Amino acid sequence: MSAADTLEPDVPETNDPVLAIAKKDLTEALLYLDGVTVTFDGFRALNALSFTVDPGEMRAIIGPNGAGKTTMMDVITGKTRPDKGDVFFAGGTTDLTKLDETQIATLGIGRKFQKPTVFEMHTVIDNLRLALKGQRGALANIFKRETAAEREKIDEIFQTIKLNEHRDRLGGALSHGQKQWLEIGMLLAQDPKLLLVDEPVAGMTDAETAQTAELLREINANGHSVVVVEHDMTFVRDLGVRVMCLHEGSVLAEGTLDQVSANERVIEVYLGR
Amino acid sequence: MSTATTTPPALLGKSGLVFLAVVLGAAVLVPLLNLLTAPDSALHVPTYVVSLLGKYLTYALLALSVDLIWGYVGILSLGQGAFFALGGYAMGMYLMRQIGPRGVYGDPVLPDFMVFLNWKELPWFWYGFDMFPFAALMVVLAPGILALVFGWFAFRSRVTGVYLSIITQAMTFALLLAFFRNDMGFGGNNGLTDFKDILGFNIQADGTRLTLFVLSAVALALGYVLCRFLVRSHFGKVLIAIRDAETRVRFTGYRAENYKVVAFVVSAMLAGVAGALYVPQVGIINPSEFSPANSIEIIVWVAVGGRGTLIGAALGAVLVNYAKTYFTSGMLAPYWLFMLGGLFVAVTLFLPKGIVGTFYDWRSRRSPAPADLEPADLAPADLAPPDKALPEPKPAE
Amino acid sequence: MIFPGLLSRLGCVLLLALGLLAGTLMLPRAAFAQGAAPDISAPLAQFTTDKYDDTETALNALAVSGSPAAAGIVAALADGRLFYSPATKQVLIRTAAGGYVDAAGGQPVAEAPPGLKAVRVNNRIRRAVEAASGALALVSPDPAKRLEAAGAVMRARDEAALPALDAALAKEADAKVKSALTLARASILIGKAGVSDADRIAAIETVGEEGNQDALAVLRSVPADAAPAVKAAANAAIDGIEYNLAIWSVGQNVWYGVSLGSVLLLAAIGLAITFGVMGVINMAHGEMVMLGAYTTFVVQELIRTYNPALFDASLLIAIPIAFVFTGLIGILIERTVIRFLYGRALETLLATWGISLILQQAIRTMFGPTNREVGAPSWMSGAFELGQLSITYGRLWIIIFAMLVFVALLATLRLTRIGLEMRAVTQNRRMAASMGIRTNWVDAMTFGLGSGIAGIAGVALSQIDNVSPNLGQSYIIDSFLVVVFGGVGNLWGTLVGAMSLGIANKMLEPYAGAVLGKIALLVIVILFIQKRPRGLFALKGRAIET
Repeated sequence: MSAADTLEPDVPETNDPVLAIAKKDLTEALLYLDGVTVTFDGFRALNALSFTVDPGEMRAIIGPNGAGKTTMMDVITGKTRPDKGDVFFAGGTTDLTKLDETQIATLGIGRKFQKPTVFEMHTVIDNLRLALKGQRGALANIFKRETAAEREKIDEIFQTIKLNEHRDRLGGALSHGQKQWLEIGMLLAQDPKLLLVDEPVAGMTDAETAQTAELLREINANGHSVVVVEHDMTFVRDLGVRVMCLHEGSVLAEGTLDQVSANERVIEVYLGR
Repeated sequence: MSTATTTPPALLGKSGLVFLAVVLGAAVLVPLLNLLTAPDSALHVPTYVVSLLGKYLTYALLALSVDLIWGYVGILSLGQGAFFALGGYAMGMYLMRQIGPRGVYGDPVLPDFMVFLNWKELPWFWYGFDMFPFAALMVVLAPGILALVFGWFAFRSRVTGVYLSIITQAMTFALLLAFFRNDMGFGGNNGLTDFKDILGFNIQADGTRLTLFVLSAVALALGYVLCRFLVRSHFGKVLIAIRDAETRVRFTGYRAENYKVVAFVVSAMLAGVAGALYVPQVGIINPSEFSPANSIEIIVWVAVGGRGTLIGAALGAVLVNYAKTYFTSGMLAPYWLFMLGGLFVAVTLFLPKGIVGTFYDWRSRRSPAPADLEPADLAPADLAPPDKALPEPKPAE
Repeated sequence: MIFPGLLSRLGCVLLLALGLLAGTLMLPRAAFAQGAAPDISAPLAQFTTDKYDDTETALNALAVSGSPAAAGIVAALADGRLFYSPATKQVLIRTAAGGYVDAAGGQPVAEAPPGLKAVRVNNRIRRAVEAASGALALVSPDPAKRLEAAGAVMRARDEAALPALDAALAKEADAKVKSALTLARASILIGKAGVSDADRIAAIETVGEEGNQDALAVLRSVPADAAPAVKAAANAAIDGIEYNLAIWSVGQNVWYGVSLGSVLLLAAIGLAITFGVMGVINMAHGEMVMLGAYTTFVVQELIRTYNPALFDASLLIAIPIAFVFTGLIGILIERTVIRFLYGRALETLLATWGISLILQQAIRTMFGPTNREVGAPSWMSGAFELGQLSITYGRLWIIIFAMLVFVALLATLRLTRIGLEMRAVTQNRRMAASMGIRTNWVDAMTFGLGSGIAGIAGVALSQIDNVSPNLGQSYIIDSFLVVVFGGVGNLWGTLVGAMSLGIANKMLEPYAGAVLGKIALLVIVILFIQKRPRGLFALKGRAIET
């Protein structure tokens, strides 16, 4: 508790009900962002962004282009350092702003990029082998042998992402949608506590989109927290989770999809005046 | 081809076995042809040709070391010649100490150039080089340590791509300038030469030369097996992943810089061994081995043979150097640089995968299921990062 | 705003230089418009007495006479060509051709009188001749010679020269020469026996104000048995001079550094376009510089053959020709090779390296492997002094030229249509293409511009470096380091990068020597790139992260 006391955010008091929801106790939250500000050459990509994600929660984030969604992910995964603000993980035990990408990944935060990035010159199964949770040391991996448990785990993931018949194809030879799934599979192989998923259904057919929503729900049901950034409202509706709308680098509204899409400020931002 | 392929494939594929057979076969055949045939026989291989072939083999090992980091990790080092030269100098220092009192000035300890410079004592860094095991250790340690320090700094601060190429070039250039100085204690401009014997054997003797050739072939074979083992291991798969999508590797929890440093150090040590075998066969090591142009030339060997194919790197080194010997010794000598320059341009424009990479492509088009060919053996579809090289994914609507 | 400041300072230096030049040209006429030649018949008569004492007196009188004929007479005496006729008491000088001229007036004598005798010379007279030559030089009509003579007297510190100095001082009108004479006089007084301490201290102060190496030598010669006050004054003056000299030596190193920096800037600025703006690793950049230098050579050869009068303008003629020629070569390379390799930086590096080998060998085949002589026009040779700095015109012009090229390039990128299109294509190729910009054409033009600038850099570098097929090789590594150090894609970064590397190099040299200094600098830049992989002036933001 003492950590929570000292780290209590000093965001100005607000009577905005939406922001009030976003502020939760540090020790309860899996991910805790408070007052995070990032500036690029005078442009504020994130403006005192604050929100929390609970253990086991799935959260969808929407927002117009330039709202700061990708920068938010960069900050959480250690790619970008915030100018100001706190980013804590696992009940406030870990300060993410002090760690680099590799350390954050090892902690249990997996990230899927907006543009699918799989290892194009590796087979699908090697992609998963590389991502599989386990030894990461360079020298140790020279003599690494695959264990039966690892083989089972990979087979299990293949069942989930439905790419079994593509095991031995090159990652680069997959279709766009298959790459997205492979990347999600790689995230699963890392067995993270938190998955950050950036636009997983961009460029997918309706059927694929529905399947992806199903896949993410399944992943969430297995105990992984998930944060999904997506523009596709049908998909967000399919997910059926709490939605947060970002605008100009801070939270504009939060609630169910219906609540958020009824919010006047959200309508204003999306439709313009 | 479903779950059955999860057993790791054999260390050496069919092409690898062919390669080893050729190298080791040469190690046996060439000395036999030298010893057992009459000098006027059509099959006779004169000793100078044996040494020349031995030189090519050390170049092939050097090319292998470049391919390990360029082909599989995407590190284009324009300073690989520096590691080669350091290995060569370590061997050269041993050979200098072996001269003993047989030098022109007859000093029992000091090499001739030090007597000439009026030095009274052996500099501390020359201690121990009279012992072969120590010199052999330095052959791998000196390049290894330089690569460790340089790589640790460079990769930790994420210097990549052309920036890395430029600073590796600056590194070898700085060493070039340093070794040119007499004060450095490495023979300055003239380098180290006039060697007499190695491990007690006369360095000019035919038997020694044949032995050095065989050793070069064995070193190349072992170097190939080592590289092959590395790139096929989990470690090697991470290296290839770094080459194609370094950011993704970091986000997957690997310390990409550690992998790069290990690969860089192994590569530098291989280059050092190549240099150490090169020096006794050519009889001299001087600072020009550090010149940036030399290092760039190594790159073209690998590009010609096929980047990302270990066999291609070795093949390219032998082919280009054979062509160099052929063209620079005849009437065509003034045109060699035109040829070499044209080779650089032509390979990058028309043969981006090199000879072996193009051959693999052709073979895999003919038989859709390659027998022993691992994807890691293929050159990347393009030398650019995959997001640029591959066509934009089309929205599947 | 570094640049306007620098320009105005350079302008000042230039004006000062011109002022000094004008000053030295105009003063002598003012100083020596001094009426009719003085009468020297009395000393001449003494030469005819055939007595050493008289000869010496005559010499001393001549030395201070101020007659234009005196120098010739003294020189003739020194060479044993001074004769007199005991009969007619005429004094004659034998010319090199064997004839005789009148010593006083210089008119040829048709028929030499019989029984001519040479004026005899012994060691005493020889010393007197030397003193007289020195003294005569002090009153020579040429101010440069007077200045030199004053310097010689100061270094020799010969007490015997005092009367001649006093005589010269009384007549001297040129301020610069006068101060040199005063200084010489003070130098002598410092060491002369029997001078009062007050005079000695005053002399020390005079010398101390001069503040150069010679003054330091004079002050160090103060006798050990001199009065404490005198010694204290000398020591104070020595400290002052040493401090002064240290400052000037830093200034000289900075000047050398700026000079080297401008050379680096010239070599790198074209690369700042091709590498910095287009992202093309052009390893043949150095060869573009080399081609520019050879263009200069060819232009000079043609001028020498067809119109030697134009030689001083040869560099000005070579600049546009080199720009167009290397620019066209650049466009040819871009169209035939580089455009197929965009986005594949490492392959571009290899292909352009191949091109550089071909270009080198082509030049070697055409012009031979040896150095070619490129002459310097008269306005680029010579030097002037600025305080304790020695500044050569060649270096000065190269600095000015580098700055002009920099400004011209900046203006091209900022103010012209093609510059706008270049920046548009760099920032967003697809967007630029969809707005109707012919991106292929812009690529070719940009590469041509970078290459053309390398070519005119070659014109300038032909003045300070050997024009050989390897010329480009010596610049390529430095150029890349400058661009990377300054920050890719930023011309100002290239300027600051070139100047800081140039100055750092020259500052390191006195301590480490040229080679070690260079090595140290390479190591420093390598470490710097580790620290800031994007250079001094890196762009920030999301755009550069991919």
